[in-house]
Amino acid sequence: MAEQIIFYVLAILIVVFSILSVTSRRILRAATYLLFVLIGTAGLYLMLGYQFLAAVQIAVYAGGIMVLYIFSILLTSHAGDKVEKVSWKRQLPAIGAATVGLAFCAHIIYYNIKRVADLDLFNAPTMQQIGTNLMGTSKNQYVLPFEAISILLLACIIGAIMIARKR
Amino acid sequence: MSFTVIIVVLPFLMFLFLGLMDSKLKPAVAGILGTIGLATVAILSYITAYLYFFQVGKVDEVWQPITALNFNWLQVTEKLHIDLGVLLDPISVMMLVVISTVSLMVHIYSLGYMHGEKGFQRYYALLSLFTFSMLGLVVATNIFQMYIFWELVGVSSYSLIGFYYTKPSAVAASKKAFIVTRFADMFFLIGILVLSYYTGTFSFAELCNPTGPVLGTAIGDTFLGWSVVSWAMMLIFMGGAGKSAMLPFHIWLPDAMEGPTPVSALIHAATMVVAGVFLVARFFPVYYFGAPEVLTIISYIGAVTALFAAVIACTQTDIKRVLAFSTISQIAFMITALGVSNYGGEHGLGYMASMFHLFTHAFFKALLFLGAGAVIHAVHSNEMKDMGGLRKFLPITNITFLIACLSIAGIPPFSGFFSKDEIMVAAFEKDKIIFGILYFTAGLTAFYMFRLYYRIFWGESNKNYHHKPHEAGLNMTLPLIFLALLTCVTGFIPFGKFVSNNGEPFETSINWLVASLSVGVGVVGIIIATVMYLKKNTKPDTMEAALKPLYKASYNKFWFDEAWLFATKQIVFARISKPIAWFDRHIVDGFMNALSSSTNWVSRKIKVVQSGEIQDYALIFFVGALAIAALVIFL
Amino acid sequence: MTTNIPLEAYLVISTLMFFTGVYGFLARRNMLTILMSLELMLNAADINFAAFNRYLYPGQQDGMFFTLFAIGIAAAETAVAIAIIINIYRNLTNISVDEVNKMKF
Repeated sequence: MAEQIIFYVLAILIVVFSILSVTSRRILRAATYLLFVLIGTAGLYLMLGYQFLAAVQIAVYAGGIMVLYIFSILLTSHAGDKVEKVSWKRQLPAIGAATVGLAFCAHIIYYNIKRVADLDLFNAPTMQQIGTNLMGTSKNQYVLPFEAISILLLACIIGAIMIARKR
Repeated sequence: MSFTVIIVVLPFLMFLFLGLMDSKLKPAVAGILGTIGLATVAILSYITAYLYFFQVGKVDEVWQPITALNFNWLQVTEKLHIDLGVLLDPISVMMLVVISTVSLMVHIYSLGYMHGEKGFQRYYALLSLFTFSMLGLVVATNIFQMYIFWELVGVSSYSLIGFYYTKPSAVAASKKAFIVTRFADMFFLIGILVLSYYTGTFSFAELCNPTGPVLGTAIGDTFLGWSVVSWAMMLIFMGGAGKSAMLPFHIWLPDAMEGPTPVSALIHAATMVVAGVFLVARFFPVYYFGAPEVLTIISYIGAVTALFAAVIACTQTDIKRVLAFSTISQIAFMITALGVSNYGGEHGLGYMASMFHLFTHAFFKALLFLGAGAVIHAVHSNEMKDMGGLRKFLPITNITFLIACLSIAGIPPFSGFFSKDEIMVAAFEKDKIIFGILYFTAGLTAFYMFRLYYRIFWGESNKNYHHKPHEAGLNMTLPLIFLALLTCVTGFIPFGKFVSNNGEPFETSINWLVASLSVGVGVVGIIIATVMYLKKNTKPDTMEAALKPLYKASYNKFWFDEAWLFATKQIVFARISKPIAWFDRHIVDGFMNALSSSTNWVSRKIKVVQSGEIQDYALIFFVGALAIAALVIFL
Repeated sequence: MTTNIPLEAYLVISTLMFFTGVYGFLARRNMLTILMSLELMLNAADINFAAFNRYLYPGQQDGMFFTLFAIGIAAAETAVAIAIIINIYRNLTNISVDEVNKMKF
């Protein structure tokens, strides 16, 4: 019972704030609404039993990326400025595309979910398990993507510095 | 006898060599090379003639055609193939001798006449090309090979008439010659195609066999009353009429006098213009057995043309034009002779007479032209009014010209008498009307030729010559003397022993009635001309005033040029070509332009997709991804 | 943990979030807001991964690791994108997408 209430609160939070984020006319408010959406997502992860994931979400997304956004907003515009209203000509294809996609996905979900999934009793993955899986080399173990992503991060760091340095 | 292919190929090699080396050779070198080449050809032709007529040609007392060389060049269908080869029979060997002799004389003559002209090497190259084409034409084994060389002859003639290409009148004349003969050749080609379609062969050996299968079966099909063979032969004759300047295709020959005079001697007197006569002679069995009504038409066309040309020649003042119309008239004689001929041995008298006249006419007409060339060279003008009393200054030219004029007027013992007499006999035996026309024309011939002779060489000498006219050099007078000797001698050749339409030799005897009639009319013509032109008097002007309308019509060549020009400009160009050109420009081109402009329009509309806006690209990407997902999931 | 929340509920949330992000991506003018919509889309996919992993394959953790890596990559990508936007801002003093449309016909 309690879980359902929490779930609905989180759900409404996520949906409402995401819509507000994309329609808000002030940039900083949009960023803030996005922050709330990310925190709501972390809550969903907690409900699913992935505590590590929720922690990472908060730390990286909400704490790192959103701060980055806010920095760049402040760097590139006056924070209090109002963005212009989007013209109808532009909104129409966007709304159309979104609606069509939504209908398509809804159709698929409706016709393909055959069972109400029951949550089996399970043990949330412990940190030790996560660590072993992250660094392990056997099947279902993720050392290769781990190394790959480290190189990616290196490349992104160098790239970002190269692009944005002062000439 | 397969060495005879050298006779045809050697001038072609000379043409290539002289043409490619053009100005790298000094003019004198080019001239000597060309002459040597042709001298070789002439010697080979004489050897061929000797071998054919005195050694290998006669089998069982009948002259056989010898195929010296024949190879299959193009296989069109299983039955039909185009060959290239060398056919030796009495008329082709005779033509080899004529062509190479006259060409050699012209080569030697041109060394002097064209000395110092620009384009000397090109001239000799083109002369060799022409000789090659003509030789190939006469030794052709099949009608298609003859057509190929026919067209080559036309091209050579075009190049040589338009030799002075900076002169607009020469360019116009060469175009006229080419276009008129090409127009006639269209009929020729249609005739060839019709004939070969119905008979399944191009080869002369198969077509001209009078008892052969080809002729017999083809005659059966008819079209509008005539058999298809008649239609084919009529069309072929029209092609020949174009080349031989018969009515109404004669308009190009007078204008062709714009070319250098030796060219006129070679091409438009002795060789190219007789190609039509040669064509009819070659096809004679087909004409006689397959299309006798066409033969009748041919004889009438020939007779009318002869008279017509003779009437015009009486009033012309340009000496080369007089000779041109004389050529038309004499060739018409030859054609008429073929038309009135029968077949077989001595019945084929017309055929033999026609070939004999071709032989003798080549020599004395070439002599006349070369002599006219010498006169023009001395006086620097073509018009009769600039000449007169030249016998004192040009003695050799005077004598040789006189010999040629006597020959053409039909006075014995010169060659013209013998050949023309045979023609008269053949006409007398076949059709009296044609005989009458030819008879009157012979008188006119004598008249206008002597009018020409007296106006040039007698009368008072013109006071204002630029410089004293002098006799030309040796390289111009030697050919004149040689041709004059030939004119005196060739009359006595017993031609009937060598040339006849089925190969049987026969004797000819003089028909004293016709002979005396023709000599008489010739003498009458000469007397009238002497009375009117020997000394300067007013008789010509009174005669002109008396016959004013006829004189005007004759002087204007009966307005044939204007009629043709009207037909082409007002009818063909305006009514037929203009709409077709409009169609081509607006509809065919318009369609292509519309294709391209619509492609442009479509591309302009499409390129808007590449707008540079990120969100447009994202939209397209998203829609595409959705489509692919739908495809995968629902199909 | 709990038993009453069906799988479709999570899927509905993530679908809504995703297509809101799509709308935002296609309709907004400021480059940073476009990037923020992109984040929405990525997050929706992450929720999908986690939900499917928990409901259909509870013994394995593949979905969780996928999500982990997706978050890492999103971070790296955001960093580079913002660097580019800063560069554009330096040259054009304006970060509206209407200004950066020179790569066209």
